[in-house]
Amino acid sequence: MKIAIASGKGGTGKTTLATNLASYLAEKEEVVLTDLDVEEPNSGLFINADLVKKEDKFKMIPEWIEDKCTLCGICQKVCNFHAVIQLGTQILVFPELCHSCYACSELCPTDALPMIPQKMGELSHYHRNKLTFIESRLEIGQEQAVPLISQTLDYVDRHFPNEIIKLYDAPPGTSCPVIEATKDADFVILVTEPTPFGLHDLKLAVETMKELKKETGVVVNRFGIGNDDVLRYCKEENIPILAKIPNSRKIAELYSSGELIYRKLPEVKQQLDGIIEHIL
Amino acid sequence: MKEIVVISGKGGTGKTSVTASFAYLGGEETVVADCDVDAADMHLLLQPDFSKAEDFYSGEVAIINQDECIKCGKCAEVCRFDAIPIIDTQYIVQPLDCEGCGYCARVCPTNAITNESQNVGQWYISNIKTGSVMVHAKLAIGADNSGKLVAKVKNEAKLLAKNRNSDFIIIDGSPGVGCPVVSSLSGANFVVLVTEPSVSGLHDLKRVYKLVKKFNIKAGCIINKFDINENVTKEIGEFLKKENIAHISNLPYDDNFTKAMTVGQTIVEFDKGQLQTILTESWSKVKQLTINN
Repeated sequence: MKIAIASGKGGTGKTTLATNLASYLAEKEEVVLTDLDVEEPNSGLFINADLVKKEDKFKMIPEWIEDKCTLCGICQKVCNFHAVIQLGTQILVFPELCHSCYACSELCPTDALPMIPQKMGELSHYHRNKLTFIESRLEIGQEQAVPLISQTLDYVDRHFPNEIIKLYDAPPGTSCPVIEATKDADFVILVTEPTPFGLHDLKLAVETMKELKKETGVVVNRFGIGNDDVLRYCKEENIPILAKIPNSRKIAELYSSGELIYRKLPEVKQQLDGIIEHIL
Repeated sequence: MKEIVVISGKGGTGKTSVTASFAYLGGEETVVADCDVDAADMHLLLQPDFSKAEDFYSGEVAIINQDECIKCGKCAEVCRFDAIPIIDTQYIVQPLDCEGCGYCARVCPTNAITNESQNVGQWYISNIKTGSVMVHAKLAIGADNSGKLVAKVKNEAKLLAKNRNSDFIIIDGSPGVGCPVVSSLSGANFVVLVTEPSVSGLHDLKRVYKLVKKFNIKAGCIINKFDINENVTKEIGEFLKKENIAHISNLPYDDNFTKAMTVGQTIVEFDKGQLQTILTESWSKVKQLTINN
């Protein structure tokens, strides 16, 4: 079972929910939590586990071999991303623009642009008791999160059987990284807050998940602030409300120090039970 | 004309609320750009009139003409994105997986594949309640290329600022450190980092500042909800000192943040107390730091 935790708006409590839910479930059964917010991975700040292994992740980019090049210009012509440019008698490669499509490399008549690996990030694998935690972080300066997310998903698929519960902490937004992080999920939990910003971005997230034909449920975080518009919207759209996590300064304080809130607050545990009952 | 970008690394730290307040305080002199095109929210506070709307095309998606296809499978073979599965004996491009590299079209022996440019969203120019104008956008669902839409929004804002002889452009950036953030930073004169004293807030601040450093742009920081965790606030203060980032101000944990948003107002309109005072002083400092830079 694959459950992705997403939200349109950032800072609504995705990571809080993912880490608390994973740790709570892991009290009884095997759980794999994966942080796919590779630009700003935070789940690890709330998980105490031991490092099993760490590996570099690479994306493939072309490297120009001057001696083999006849300056025919095909590479530049076939690159839709302007990542390969011919300047006089030089071929310049811009790795940050490259999408690793291999067109320049494989269509080069003289093999002058072989693909070589470039480090784009690091994957870490942690484990303690029944909880496995996988985290990937993008190197600063690398612009594309999608290839790293995709490789991280592959890693999890390869190492863990389907029967295990897998939770995925997705990046915020509604663009390509979110699609990549949620497209294989069996269920998507959308975390929001009951404010105009929360509602606006929730609508975008719901539209995105409809496009992907995903079953969704909503968790309202900081319940008690703002207004009832989020609840009304979910009712109109027939989206189940899985939990309402109350707005409280205590929760904000626990979170700020990197603590799991369900261990201190029984009312939060109750809300987690509600989510588990609905999804599993 | 100076460009001020507001970013945070972590989402939900109050970036947009702060930016909208600065836009309000900046009044007619300040052009506004919402570059958080993934989840654009500033329009909810600034009453834009959407006076100009235009579609934005960027990137391509492959389409296979089934009448011309001889089912040789070459396209699927070269596609690194597994975007061309066989569905009911036909090769069909999955638009959400297609990166628009065009490789498939180049190897198709019957020229059955064409590339169509993709509508990735809309962008707008609006008159707003501050007496100025705002450039904003809406990214199409699941669209790629948000970095390019960000660049478009920024460039349009620059043009407007030039024509209006504006002193400042204030830009709301997106969370993270990836392509939209990189796009919003390029060419900026000053960066305002909005953070919160939580382990994640600090962690993300450090990462996003690494990116700012690469661009060699001066930065200042506002710590929102500073009283939630005094220890982390202290840690952030030390980080700012070490990195020579101006510590602009501390904002207290205050319900008026969300109350203002709920009635569609910026904080400085809604709050007549300490938040208004601190934000007004912060905006003066930001302007000063930007000009002195």
